[in-house]
Amino acid sequence: MGYKGLKYCLLLSLLIIILVAANLLFGSVKIPADAVWNILCGNEVEKSSWTYIVWESRFPQAITAMLCGASLAACGLMLQTVFNNPLAGPSILGINSGASLGVALVMLTGGAAISSLSFTLSSFFSILLGAFVGSMAVMLLILFFSTLIKSNIMLLITGIMIGYITSSAISLLNFFATAEGVHSYMIWGMGNFGGVSLTQLPYFTAICLFGLFITILMIKPLNALLLGSRYAENLGINIKRTRNILLIATGILAAVTTAFCGPISFIGLAVPHISRLMLGTSNHNSLMPVTILTGSVIALICNIICILPGEWGVIPLNAVTPIIGAPIIIYVIINQRRIQYFN
Amino acid sequence: MRKRAVIVANDLSIGYHSGKKKTLVHSDINLTLYTGELTSLLGANGTGKSTLLRTLSGSQPALSGRLLLNDKPVSSFSEKEKSKSIGVVLTDKTRAGGLTVYELVALGRQPHTGFFGRLRKKDHKIIKEALDWVGIRHKASSYTAELSDGERQKVMIAKALVQECPLIILDEPTAFLDAVSRIEIMTMLHKLAAEQNKAILLSTHDIEQALVLSDRLWLLSKENGLESGVTEDIISSKKMERLFPNDKIKFDYDHGVYYPLVQSERKINVICDDRTTLHWVINAFNRNGYACIINEDKNDFPLLIINKSRDYSLISKGDNQNFTTFEELLDYITAQE
Repeated sequence: MGYKGLKYCLLLSLLIIILVAANLLFGSVKIPADAVWNILCGNEVEKSSWTYIVWESRFPQAITAMLCGASLAACGLMLQTVFNNPLAGPSILGINSGASLGVALVMLTGGAAISSLSFTLSSFFSILLGAFVGSMAVMLLILFFSTLIKSNIMLLITGIMIGYITSSAISLLNFFATAEGVHSYMIWGMGNFGGVSLTQLPYFTAICLFGLFITILMIKPLNALLLGSRYAENLGINIKRTRNILLIATGILAAVTTAFCGPISFIGLAVPHISRLMLGTSNHNSLMPVTILTGSVIALICNIICILPGEWGVIPLNAVTPIIGAPIIIYVIINQRRIQYFN
Repeated sequence: MRKRAVIVANDLSIGYHSGKKKTLVHSDINLTLYTGELTSLLGANGTGKSTLLRTLSGSQPALSGRLLLNDKPVSSFSEKEKSKSIGVVLTDKTRAGGLTVYELVALGRQPHTGFFGRLRKKDHKIIKEALDWVGIRHKASSYTAELSDGERQKVMIAKALVQECPLIILDEPTAFLDAVSRIEIMTMLHKLAAEQNKAILLSTHDIEQALVLSDRLWLLSKENGLESGVTEDIISSKKMERLFPNDKIKFDYDHGVYYPLVQSERKINVICDDRTTLHWVINAFNRNGYACIINEDKNDFPLLIINKSRDYSLISKGDNQNFTTFEELLDYITAQE
């Protein structure tokens, strides 16, 4: 990693610490800063509900946002490089909608069992399983098509088509589901970093870090893939194996984030572009770590925006992410000639 | 430097496996590729040049036959070994515009670097040497997106150089380039073969340059398969005609170019001492549908006498006309019809 990459990594890490602190300090309930500090140090504070809020809600939410942003951003970068396409992302390839279909199947067919928004642990794990099976099914389908279809753009379009089919399946499920089921599915679909409890957090963290670890290991072949698959092959890269590992890593990261936080749009698509614009390079040696850290920063910022109304409630996450993401994509498309990173 | 055979093929069949179906493109190919030589593969579109190159570079298995790379079967090479033996330059569009020239050339070191691709001192030295060699060192920190087509081709050649392979295979390296860049690239490749004792194999449609700079030609055609030989041997055995078996196209052995054959009832006698002027006179009349009869005057066709440049006199049916430009001459002739 060059000097510039290192500088950005340090800067972004610092920003993440500040934003995590901000996420702990602010929320719908006002808790003084010194009380938050005391709670984190394990001391008693005047209201026991504050301890509960910080440990059971704000802390897991901040960590979830951080990991979720990192995972989605890493997914987006991997997919953009593998498919040689600046508009690739977990949501476009149908991976997110595969996960959504899995969740919809669990929520809407067993909808009666989930009576309130706070899921029981068993229903929670069945949702997680649904998302995993759904996104992996789409991944496998795309892997299967990738053996038939050599062109990356055609494969991308196939992914979009699979996304449409899963969406219509979800619509059908919604049509036949109970009102309660539809409501809780809708809430889940709005996206929320608050879906991971303190007890679930270690599992969530472990899965995310595992996926991110694979991502870091794939930096060298990702750089070779910038030259296209035939050049990469000539540089000693086993294309089939590399593509499979990258798609499986993407599947794991997309599934775990979608299961816990809902289908979050635009972070996976936009963050790699933000990072490229900042760094001015498509070299994954520095781009991958910076993308991961920027993903965390953007997700934490989105989470803070969501809780801005304070006691008035929480803005749905998927109402915030497109506002940040879409303008960046439009900027990149308009300045395509000047921004040469995909030429 | 002694030349050494890098690739030897016997009774090679090339083509595609698609499912259970085999598509045979060529069979009974015998060839040898030597170090220190620039070999040009010539052939019409669709004769299987790319298939042959892909088979030789080991990215596509041969259907049958023996293919040896450095005396070992190509199929026995691992991906890593192959990447250290054969460097390729392709026509594929890359998405590496966001990499600097230096970073892109550094990717060529991947077969030699460790798991994370860290470059050591030796790698940096090799990269700088390659940048100097292709003459692009001054652009080392430019984005590859900012380069001209010719410069980009040099960068890809430098990438193949740092792979440190005895063999470099290039698929149409001069396509889309202007005349200056074409000559520059071809000269560079020839120098590379001669000075670094590498085996260079390229496919091209640029027959003029290929004839000037190739040590060896491989002619590939559907009818005659692969014919190989030192450039001048191929010329003197009149094999160039067989590359495009077509009665409308002839090979001009004087100038090393193909030209469309004129079969015309309209003829003209030309008397001219200067070879260059004569060449262009024939060119002008052929294009206008006249066949030329050179330096004889024993028929009833019009006679063109060229005394010196810009002094052309045409004798037709006892009528004598003088012209100073081809424009006047051609206008007069076409008006006569």
